[in-house]
Amino acid sequence: MAPKDTINSVYTPPAPGSSSTPDDVAPNTPADAPAAPRKKPDKTGRKLSRKTLLAINFASVFAGLAGWSLFSASGIVGLPGPFEVLVRGGEVLADGTLAEDTGASLARVLSGFLIGSLLAIPIGFIMGWYQVGRAIIEPWVQFFRTIPPLALLPLVMVTMGIGETPKIFVIFLAAFLSCVISTYQGVVSVDKTLINAARVLGAGSYVIFMRVVVPASAPFILVGMRIGLGAGWATVVAAELLAAPNGLGMRMQQAQQFYDMPTILVNVIVIGILGLLMDRLLLMIEARLTRWQERR
Amino acid sequence: MTTTTNQAMIRFENLRQEFTLTGNTFTALDGVNLDIADGEFVTVVGPSGCGKSTMLNAAAGLLDPTSGRVLVDDRPVTGPSTRTGVIFQQYALFPWLTVRKNVEFGLELKKVPAKERRVIVDHYLELVGLSSFAEALPKELSGGMKQRCAIARAYAVNPEILLMDEPFGALDALTRVHMQEQLLQTWTKERRTVMFVTHDVDESVFLASRVIVMAARPGRIFKEIKIDLPYPRTEEMRLSDEFAKLRSEVWAAVYHQPGVAEAHQ
Repeated sequence: MAPKDTINSVYTPPAPGSSSTPDDVAPNTPADAPAAPRKKPDKTGRKLSRKTLLAINFASVFAGLAGWSLFSASGIVGLPGPFEVLVRGGEVLADGTLAEDTGASLARVLSGFLIGSLLAIPIGFIMGWYQVGRAIIEPWVQFFRTIPPLALLPLVMVTMGIGETPKIFVIFLAAFLSCVISTYQGVVSVDKTLINAARVLGAGSYVIFMRVVVPASAPFILVGMRIGLGAGWATVVAAELLAAPNGLGMRMQQAQQFYDMPTILVNVIVIGILGLLMDRLLLMIEARLTRWQERR
Repeated sequence: MTTTTNQAMIRFENLRQEFTLTGNTFTALDGVNLDIADGEFVTVVGPSGCGKSTMLNAAAGLLDPTSGRVLVDDRPVTGPSTRTGVIFQQYALFPWLTVRKNVEFGLELKKVPAKERRVIVDHYLELVGLSSFAEALPKELSGGMKQRCAIARAYAVNPEILLMDEPFGALDALTRVHMQEQLLQTWTKERRTVMFVTHDVDESVFLASRVIVMAARPGRIFKEIKIDLPYPRTEEMRLSDEFAKLRSEVWAAVYHQPGVAEAHQ
């Protein structure tokens, strides 16, 4: 995933509480009937069991690996096969370089991501809540949003050196920009009726903010964090390609110079798996925190 | 005029409300004077754009009148207050809170102790028939149940006035009739002053002791029609000749008022 694509896509979750349940219009449903649980059939209307779908997942992965084996066996581009990569994976795991690189890359991503998100949430709220705040911050955010954070790397390296700071900074920027935009979107799209409902129940500005605006924007914030994490992960590898003492990206760069294809592939696969795991983790948190949302 | 006491619970005094939309000022309400007595059930009906919801929002303290004022219990309305409960057409339940937590919301803000809150919430959930759904989330409820939860939430803070803004407008015809009957049952058990805005003529007659018919451009009170049917209102009453007569009277006032014909051409 290219970082530019990820930070520029603004996802809009369905507005909570705005849809009417389908049984409102059913003629023979009395007022007492609760809403029917929603089922999710695919476009053809058929429903497959979880087990079948999982089996298809596995079959697909297996077919991919088989295709890869065949392709490398054909010898067209000198691509190593899955077995060779697995062996190299075992080696770098045994000598500790994989753990060191993974740890280094993860530390950069997580620190940049956490600082970015933690700063983005209050700033997004300020943008959404205060007109003056919005007028001050918005031009900057909109301007930097169009620049891929990686494009700033040369500038950042000149000013900050080649240590950890410039890498964490670009990741921070990637995570911050995607999260600030979606937090802001979340705040401005809070249903006005919910705010009025809180007001007539005796809520002042502080209570409205903490108990209505914050929970109502949570789905937006979490989507922004997911996009930010993806962007951060994409950015770290590229940042390490330029200059770093360790890290998954740096190891690939090094292996490239020795034409060490298996090592490159080991790192690519680890990056993919870690990215996937982190995204799933955030997705689980999101599902837990926004269970209340009506999903269509 | 029906009055249980001499004093008006809600009094609109020469209310005028202007809005500015894209540079044009239009008058939503002009010269509105109305007294609603303590414990009275008044419905406000009229064509769209007649300012009936604006009137309700002014009474709720959700907007500032351009001129004139609204008095609740002889005190001018300056902002929202827990003395006036509001029920919105879009239910406005907090979707992240369970039914119980929604009803409890206002009580928590009033700093009612937890034990007491539980008793009050249980009481009102029982009253609207949602006891077995206390732990459900709003998304699991049908439209009618959502609105009953909103009614329980409004009642829980013990307001003197209930302002209802087309609360059953999004419901199907049958659910709507059920809700009307249940609302009157609730109101009979726990009587409050009610101002109920609707565009449904049947609903306005069935619920109220007095129907206020509004006219548009500018929004103003066009006619008051007293509904002399006794409470409790029953299904038979809904089908009676007397009801039919009152309904046609309200209908005529709503749909054959000056200005309506050309506005809909």
